[in-house]
Order: sequence, then structure tokens, then C-alpha cells
Amino acid sequence: MEQDTRTLPDESPVGNMNEAFHAPGGNQGEAADYAVEMYGISKSFGTLRALDHVDLTVRKGTIHALLGENGAGKSTLMKILYGLYTKDAGEIRIMGEPCEIKNPKQAIAHGIGMVHQHFMLVENMTIAENIVLGSEPIRSFGRLDREKMNRTIREFGEKYGLEVDPRAVIMDVSVATQQRVEILKALYRGADILILDEPTAVLTPQEIDNLIVTMHRLVEVGKTVIIITHKLKEIIASSEYCTIIRRGKVVDTVRVEDVTEKDLASMMVGREVMLTTEKDPAAPGEVIMEINDLTVKDNRGIEKVKDLSLYVRRGEILAIAGVDGNGQTELIEAITGLRKSEKGEIIVNGQHIENGLPVDTHRSGIRTIHEDRHKRGLVLDFQVGENLILESYKQKRFQGRNCLLSWKKINDYANRQIDKFDIRPAGCALQRAKELSGGNQQKVIVARTVEQEPDLLLACQPTRGLDVGAIEYVRNALVEQRDQGRAVLLISYELDEVFDIADRINVIYNGQIVADLDPEKTDEQAVGLLMAGGSQ
Amino acid sequence: MRKFVIQALKRPFTAVFCAILVGLLVGAVTLLLGGFDPGRGYSLLITGITSSTRRMAQVLVNAVPIVMTGLAVSFAVRTGMFNIGADGQFIMGQITGAILGYYVPMPAIIHPIFIMLCAFVIGGLYAGFAAYLKNRFGIHEVISSIMLNWIAYYFMNFIVNMKSVKVPGTQHSPEIFDTAKITFFSREFRTTAEGEALIAKHPWMESLVRTDAGYAILVMIAVTLLLWIILKYTRLGFELRAVGYNYYAAEFAAMPVKRNALLSMFISGGTAALGGAMLVMSTSYFITMLGATEGYGWDGISVALIAGNHPIGCIFAALLYSALKLGGTEIQSRLGAPTEIINIMIGALVLSIAFAPALPRLAERLERKE
Repeated sequence: MEQDTRTLPDESPVGNMNEAFHAPGGNQGEAADYAVEMYGISKSFGTLRALDHVDLTVRKGTIHALLGENGAGKSTLMKILYGLYTKDAGEIRIMGEPCEIKNPKQAIAHGIGMVHQHFMLVENMTIAENIVLGSEPIRSFGRLDREKMNRTIREFGEKYGLEVDPRAVIMDVSVATQQRVEILKALYRGADILILDEPTAVLTPQEIDNLIVTMHRLVEVGKTVIIITHKLKEIIASSEYCTIIRRGKVVDTVRVEDVTEKDLASMMVGREVMLTTEKDPAAPGEVIMEINDLTVKDNRGIEKVKDLSLYVRRGEILAIAGVDGNGQTELIEAITGLRKSEKGEIIVNGQHIENGLPVDTHRSGIRTIHEDRHKRGLVLDFQVGENLILESYKQKRFQGRNCLLSWKKINDYANRQIDKFDIRPAGCALQRAKELSGGNQQKVIVARTVEQEPDLLLACQPTRGLDVGAIEYVRNALVEQRDQGRAVLLISYELDEVFDIADRINVIYNGQIVADLDPEKTDEQAVGLLMAGGSQ
Repeated sequence: MRKFVIQALKRPFTAVFCAILVGLLVGAVTLLLGGFDPGRGYSLLITGITSSTRRMAQVLVNAVPIVMTGLAVSFAVRTGMFNIGADGQFIMGQITGAILGYYVPMPAIIHPIFIMLCAFVIGGLYAGFAAYLKNRFGIHEVISSIMLNWIAYYFMNFIVNMKSVKVPGTQHSPEIFDTAKITFFSREFRTTAEGEALIAKHPWMESLVRTDAGYAILVMIAVTLLLWIILKYTRLGFELRAVGYNYYAAEFAAMPVKRNALLSMFISGGTAALGGAMLVMSTSYFITMLGATEGYGWDGISVALIAGNHPIGCIFAALLYSALKLGGTEIQSRLGAPTEIINIMIGALVLSIAFAPALPRLAERLERKE
């Protein structure tokens, strides 16, 4: 099995990279050094070739990153290793032993553990119960030996530097702790090789640092860690090796200390990308939206937004930074007319819109890029053209002389938009929105939103789940809106994004704005601390 | 050849065609198991439909009510509401037709128009009530409209059973006035010398004179086109389809989703009720005490399914449906096989329609192998 996939494609700007990167090469003679060897793995879903002869070798006792855009195939590859998918072709060796892994049970038996992006924990059971689930310590008559269980779990956690309170109930603990529980669960089942699927997506900066410390600790005690991610910073901070996958093929495997973030990004996307958005200083104008003492309850009746006040001006991007679940969702729903508020006011262009309907929000001049583009942003079964007029279908320009919709005019308009916003595939006006990739779907939403020339653009996690290229595109679009004198309110859980484009940062914690900061005069650490409830 | 097959598999019509074949095949097997000759059965079925223009006209006449309920179901489904209550709305239309046709004397021409408008409104409100319950209390329209079906059914029996309504010595309401009837020719005309003469002169006229063919057919075609235009070419239709595919996105795009749910059910229910009223005005002329509903609304669900919820498709689906039913009576009378065989056949056909989404996938598979 020759490792021909190692050669870099011509268009790669890092094509002249040193051969020395290829450290964990496919030399099968030293098999004993590798925890995981996967050769020639292929997998198709329908007509889609998800993996095409992928080779991956992971050295024992290292942290190995798998980098790739969404849909590049990195998760698929790991799901094959964990037995969730069956491969169409290829060979797997674990600790040098060839093996067939048909289901997760066999994977666990081979010492492989996986922590999924979405945790699989029983919410109303304790941490210890969750960890031992399936192999509980039993006293006579099948009674659960709680004493022993809690003691074992406490000691077990300490051994790996993953201290947890075994008695705490899952739904009461933070997301970061839940992740620790997932890691412990895998270790408890005897995992020597730990796969982490996008583990940092749900964490604050401090928690990410802690996770990286934990990963190093695991490696010290002899474990092997594979981390799936598309965040470059974390790879640089944590991993020893990195395998880059693009469109189902391995681009390269590199030693991380030999490359820069930019190199990794270019290899991942296949062209040179700007990791930071270029923009001029903001020139803020009058206040467009003002929120005063707003209080909003969630479905369970808990106050998620408490006496929150903020304002957004023309020509600036205000970013609300915060950890998921601190009231952002309820705040957005209150502004967009999906949720009633308890008290307070939302004034846009002089109109009160609190406790209104979505149509009131629209009339006041707000348009929203919703965080959930499949649920709220698009009608997936509608054609792209129909989605492009989803909010402007009432306009005269889409009607014929008989006041009926003119599909010719609509499709002409759609094709112009598709060209202008570079939505791919070109000329996709008649294709259903669900046939587009995530990035292009988001472009449809951006195109639609921007075309309506809103006074205030509310962008909620506009780049979530997008790859570097699409992120670059969306962020530039937001800055362009700002430059045209519109107000932009960005709600993001990612500090990188906040610092990249914000002109002003409001930190939200526990339903309140706890700080109003100038990004030039603060840093990620300070904001991260505020997001976690610390003081300035 | 292979390319042709792949392209064909991708077309929705192929699925319907295959389903019809499966239905016929199942029917053949059933006939065989029952000890009948399937070949003879099917030739009887076909001659039963095509032997005379009168019979073909009858297929069309019988199709009208189920086109209407089929339209009602498809329109609602396209807009995200599963109107399983078309049967109840149809019955409300029948009641309206029978009552207004007898108790509210009016001049000809105006009388049927008045009845049709009233039936549409009453059926619309009846279905709209289910939508109101959904908007206001979150009660699913399937549950409420099933219950409304029963209410309509017993309400009809109640009305017919009232002393002031029931014709003594019968189980039905009084016959509606001639002014309310909408057939092209009256039933009496069939046996008059004048009628005989007309048929003798133009044999094809038999299909109009000797059946209940009437203006209902024209109304049906008009309603079909109207619903199709609403869905495809109006802003309301755009909203309704958006809600149908994704309620949340439509709501977020500031569309009036609750008003639209109401409107969609109103139009759907009105269409079904219009079908009921037209049945009374062109065929039954009164309403009868029934031991079970006639099931026009349920047939409408099958029709909508075969039609892929396309308004114009409903006409063809209903024609197929009523042709099989009419041909089935021929199998019964001439071959002695029970009409249930036809019902099994239709059941198999509708069931195979459910497999329609598998065909494009099969096409993809073949493509990949290439």
C-alpha cells in the first residue's frame, strides 16, 4: 500500500513543504509504534464518495489531530474506526493487530473510546452512575454498591486529572464537566485510544485550555488521543501530528511544530485564505436599537434574560459574547417576535417592538440570520429561488401585470442573486435548497437578508458549522453591511469571531450584559473570564 | 436503454404507473385465488368502462365527488395541514344541499349557486374550527377533524330523523326542488319521447341524457384550476406552501402562519363541502339515514395520495379510481367475483404509491453502477 496520497496537490500554496513533515509515514515495518493504522479506507453514501482510499496512522502516545472542512470525511473516518459505519474497502490495524470492527462493542473491546459531539448521558442520573452504567458494582441480591462505586469513580478521576464529584447529577453540572464524564466513561471501559469529536465546540476559552491540559495528561499515562476539529488554534496548542483531509482524501500528514495556522488553513481549504477579516475603523452613527431592562423567561418559566440593556448604532458591529445558554436564545426570540417578554422595552427606529409578532420586527427594519438555518432560515424543500424571495415575495417586482407571481421574474432575480453572491452550483435557482452545501445555504440566507437593506442586521452564530472559506465570506458580508451604514448585532459563542469583526463587545452572562468593551483595549482571556462569570 | 430507464425512474409519473401495475397484479392474483380467470376479469373490467360513451360519462360523473375531496385533502397537505376530516366536511355539504334545496325555494340558476356558496362557507367553517383548535389550544388537526367526522355523520342522521324532515314511510329527507338540480337534463327527460328522439339523432348525447352529468363537472374543473393557480401563482399560495414545508421558517419570515392555517383549512373544507352539495344536487337529491359514512372523504385521501397532492393530478387519480370501481361492478355481475377484489386492487395500488420515493433512489443506484 503506497502512500501516494501524501503528495500535495499543485494548487496548494504550501506545496514546497519539507518532506520531513511526513514523520508518521506508512512504514508498516514499525507497526508496533502505531496505535491505529488505517489503510486504503473508502466509504460511499449513495453517489457521494465520503472517503477515497484514506490512509491514517497514529503513533502510540501522541495527540493526533484530524483537520478538515465540514463534510471532508473526518467524522466518517472516525465513525468507521469506532464501528458506527462499515467501510466499503480498506484495512484497519489496532496496536499492530489487523482487525474488523463491525460495531462499537468490538471497538471498545479493542480499546477504542469515542466522545461524541452530542453527549450521550442520562440526564437525571449521577456522574458515577453514568460512568459505571452497564458494569455496576453489585452487592448481594443485586443491590448497587454506591459506596464502592463513588469511591472508585473519585479515585479513577484523580488518576487522570479529571476530578469530578461522583454524586452530582448530570443535569446540574456544566457542559465541560459533562464532557469530562464522557471521557471518564470511555476510559472506564478500558479505552487506550480516545477519539474526541469536535470537543471544543461547546467550551469557553478557559475550559478549552483545561481540556488541552487533560489531553496532555492522558498522553503522559500512555493513552493515544485523536481529536477531530476544524479549529486551527487548538491543533497548534494541543497536537503533535495533524492529518488534513479534503473532500474524502488525505492531503497530508504533518508534524504540527513545523507548520503555521495559515499553512493548515490553506491545506484544508485548498487555496490561500485570510484568517482575519480586514476592516476599517467603525464610524458609528445614531442609535438604531435600544433595549432597556428587558426580562424574558424561557419555556420552563426561568428568567433567562434579566434586566438586560444594550444599544446598537448605525455603522458598527456590536458583538454579544457569551457561553451558550446565558440568555442569548431568549434575547433573540424576544427581539424577533417569537417570545413574549416579562418587562422592559425594545425600541427600534423609535418603534416599540417588545411583545410583538415577527412581522412587527420586520416592519421596524430588522432582518435576522437565524442560528438554526434549517429550522428557521430556509424552507429546505423550496427551490433556491423561492428561498431568496421568502421575505420579499410581496414586492411588486415579482408580480406580473395580473398581480400573480411571475416565476420568470422571480427566477431572473434569483439567478442574478446567485451570480452576485457566488452561490454554488451556479444557476441553481430551480434546485431545492436542501441540495446545497451548508456554506451555500448560508449564502442564500445572507443574500436574502442583505438584499432587503435592513437598518439592523441581527446575525446569530452566522458562521456556525461553516468551513473556513464560507466563514471568510460571511464575515466580510457583515463588515460590508456595517460600512454601508447599517447596524449589525452579532451573537456568537466563538471569541475568535467576536474579536475578528466586532467594533464593540458586550459580554452576556446569566442573562445580563456584564461588560461593554472596546476590542482594541481588551483580550480574549479577559473576555473569556467575564463570559465564565468572573469579574473584570 | 439503460439511460432511458434511469431517466424514467426519476419521473414521478413512473411511480404512479408502476403502482397501477402492482395494483393490477395483486388484483389478478386475488382473482386467481378466488378461482376466477384474471384475463376474463380484466377484459370485463375494461369493457365495463369502455363499452359505451354512457359508461365513460358515468366514470366522470362518479369521479366528481372524489375529485373534490381529493382536492380538499391535497390542498391542505400542501399547506401543512392533514385534513383527515374531508369526510365530515363533505357530509356537511350534503346536509346543506338537501336542506337549502327543499326549504329555501328560489328561482333556477340562482338556487344552485346560492347552495354552493353556503355549502362552501359551512364546510369551510367546519374545517376551520379544527384549525382554530390547533392555533388556540394546540390540538392536532388529525384528532379534531376525525372527531368532527363523527359529529357530522351523526348530525346528518339526526337531521334526517327529525319529524319535520323525514319523509313518512322512508328513511330520507324530501327531494330537493328541480330549481336546485344541476344535471344537464332532468331524469324525467330520459324517458320522454323527446329524449328518445334526441338520443336517436345524436347517439353520443346518451352520455349526457342518461347519466347525472351536469354542471358539477364544470365546477369541478374550475375549482381544480383555481386551487392550482392559488398554490402556484399567488402570494397566499406561496405563504401556504412555505408553511406546509417549514412552519418555523415561514413564521420567522413574518408570514401570518396562524391566519394561513385557518385559511387553508377553510378553503380545503369548503371544497369538500362543495363536493357534497353537488352530489346532492346532481345525483342523490336528498340525504338518507346511514349506517356508516359513504366514505367520499376517505376516498379523497387515496386520490390525493395517488395524485401526489397535485390539484390537476387529482382529476386523473379520481378518474382512475372511479373507473376501477365502475368496472368492478361489471366483474361482480358478469363474473360473479365480489367487488371487494377491486377494493383490494385499489388498496394495493395506494400502498405501492407509498413506495414512490424508492424509485429515484433506485435510479441513483443504477447510475452509480454505470
